[in-house]
Amino acid sequence: MQRTPLYDLHRSLGARLVPFGGFEMPLSYADITTEHHAVRKEAGWFDLSHMGRVRFRGRDALKLALAVQTADAQSLMVGRTRYGMILNERGGIIDDILISREEDGYLLVVNAGNRGFDQARFVEAAKGLEVDIVDDSERLAMVAVQGPAAARILDLVGLGAALDLKYYRFGNYRVGSLPILVSRTGYTGEDGFELLLPAAEAGAFSERILAAGRPLGLIPCGLGCRDTLRLEAGMPLHGHEIDAETNPIEAGLEFGVRASQEYAGAAALARVRAEGPKRRLIGLSTEGSHIPRQGHEVQHEGRPVGVICSGTRSPTLNRNIATALVLAEAAAGPRFEVTVRKHSVEGSLVPLPFYKRASK
Amino acid sequence: MTRPNSLKYMKTHEWARLDGDFAWIGITDYAVQHLSDLVFLDLPEVGSDIMQNEPFGEIESVKAVSDLYAPLTGEVVERNDRLMEELDILKRDPFGEGWMLKIRMEKKSEANQLMDEAGYKKTLDSDNH
Repeated sequence: MQRTPLYDLHRSLGARLVPFGGFEMPLSYADITTEHHAVRKEAGWFDLSHMGRVRFRGRDALKLALAVQTADAQSLMVGRTRYGMILNERGGIIDDILISREEDGYLLVVNAGNRGFDQARFVEAAKGLEVDIVDDSERLAMVAVQGPAAARILDLVGLGAALDLKYYRFGNYRVGSLPILVSRTGYTGEDGFELLLPAAEAGAFSERILAAGRPLGLIPCGLGCRDTLRLEAGMPLHGHEIDAETNPIEAGLEFGVRASQEYAGAAALARVRAEGPKRRLIGLSTEGSHIPRQGHEVQHEGRPVGVICSGTRSPTLNRNIATALVLAEAAAGPRFEVTVRKHSVEGSLVPLPFYKRASK
Repeated sequence: MTRPNSLKYMKTHEWARLDGDFAWIGITDYAVQHLSDLVFLDLPEVGSDIMQNEPFGEIESVKAVSDLYAPLTGEVVERNDRLMEELDILKRDPFGEGWMLKIRMEKKSEANQLMDEAGYKKTLDSDNH
C-alpha cells in the first residue's frame, strides 16, 4: 500500500485511513456528513496526491495528447483545462482525466487506480514520437481547497493572484520561493481550487492552509465526502458510472469528446453515435430507508432494465439519490423499481445533476 | 467509553443484556464508531422471531449498509422505535438508551456461545493489528 506525502499529516489530524486506488487514504477525519456540509457551506481541504500527474513534453506532445485521449488538445490554449477520457478500441472508458495546456506541453491528471494502465498506454502511443513522458506523481503533491470560502482562504495563504482565474483555468504562482500550480477545478460542485506543489513542502503548506482557513470554517475532508459531493453534483466516478464497458455517449459525457477522430475508440464511438446508445445514465431519487447501491438491479414496468452505479443518502438534499445505467428505451421512466437486497424500492427519474450551486 | 462487564458480546459487534427470560439487544460503541454517518435503521416488528447468528436487521450509513446479527434466538417483544428516528442516540449511549430490541429468549443456553467483555476486547485488539 502506498502513502502520499501527506500521510503523517493525516495521522496527526486523526484521519480514518482506508485503501483506495493502491493508497492508504483518509476516508474522513470527523465524519462524512460534517465534512460534506463544510464544503457546501464553508470549505474543505483534501489530499488528492494519490491521483496521477503526468506531463507530455517535446515536439510531439500534442500528437501524443491527441492520440491517447478524447478532449480537443489542439484548440486548448495555454492556461486552460478540459475534461477528457482515455478509451479502449470498443469506445469503453479506461479512465477519465483533466488535460491542461502548459507553455511547454500538456499536463494530465488521471485516477489513482488507473495510473499504471494509463502510463503503459502513453508509452505505447509515444513509440516513434519525439516526446518525453514525465511522471510527476511522486515529485509533486496535489491538494484541493473547495467550497464558497475557498477563494478567501487562498488569498490568506499568499495565493491572492490566483483569484483572477476563471473556472477550468490554471496558472503558476509563487508563495515565497515555493512554486505552486493553481487550477480552478474540483470534484465537489462548489467553487474551489486544486494545487500542485513540491511533495516535500506539501505538509507544511497544507498546515498553513488549514490554520488560515479554520476561522472561516475550513476543515480537512476525506474521500467519503468527496464521493457524496461529486455524486450530488452529477460527476462520474471511474469504476461506478463509467468503466471499460461504458462509452462516453451513454454516460452523457460527449462534451469531453472532440469531433476529429485520431484517438483510440473513435471508430467505435462513431458507430454508437450513428446507431444511438443502447443505454443511458440517469439519476434516481428513492423513498424509504433502503438506499440503492452499486450493482443493485433496476426495473421498469416489471422488466429488468439496468443497474445502479452509485447511491447514497444525500446530505444536502436529505433524500436517497442514485445514478443508474439503464436501457435507452426505458430511460424516460419516470418510475422505476430498484431491488435493494431483499427489498423492492420505488424510484423516480430526476435530472442530473442532483445539486447545482446557486450562481453568483 | 466504558463497555459494560455485565453484557454478552458477538464478534460482529452486537451485545445482549440478559434479564431472566428476556434479553435486550444492541450494537457496540466500536460498531457505531466504525459505521459512522448512520442514516437508517431497519428492525423487525414486535412479534417476529429472530435466530441466533442470523441477520435480524440492517443499518445504513452514508457509505454502506451492514447486517445486524442476532446474539440469541427469540421473539421480539419490544422494539426501540425512538432509536429508529434518532440514530444519534447510538453515538451517545449505545449500551443503554441505544438498545434495539427486547426479546423473549427461546434457549437461554445459547448465551454460553457469546463472549464476555474481556473476550470481545481481545477480538477488537486482534482486528486492529
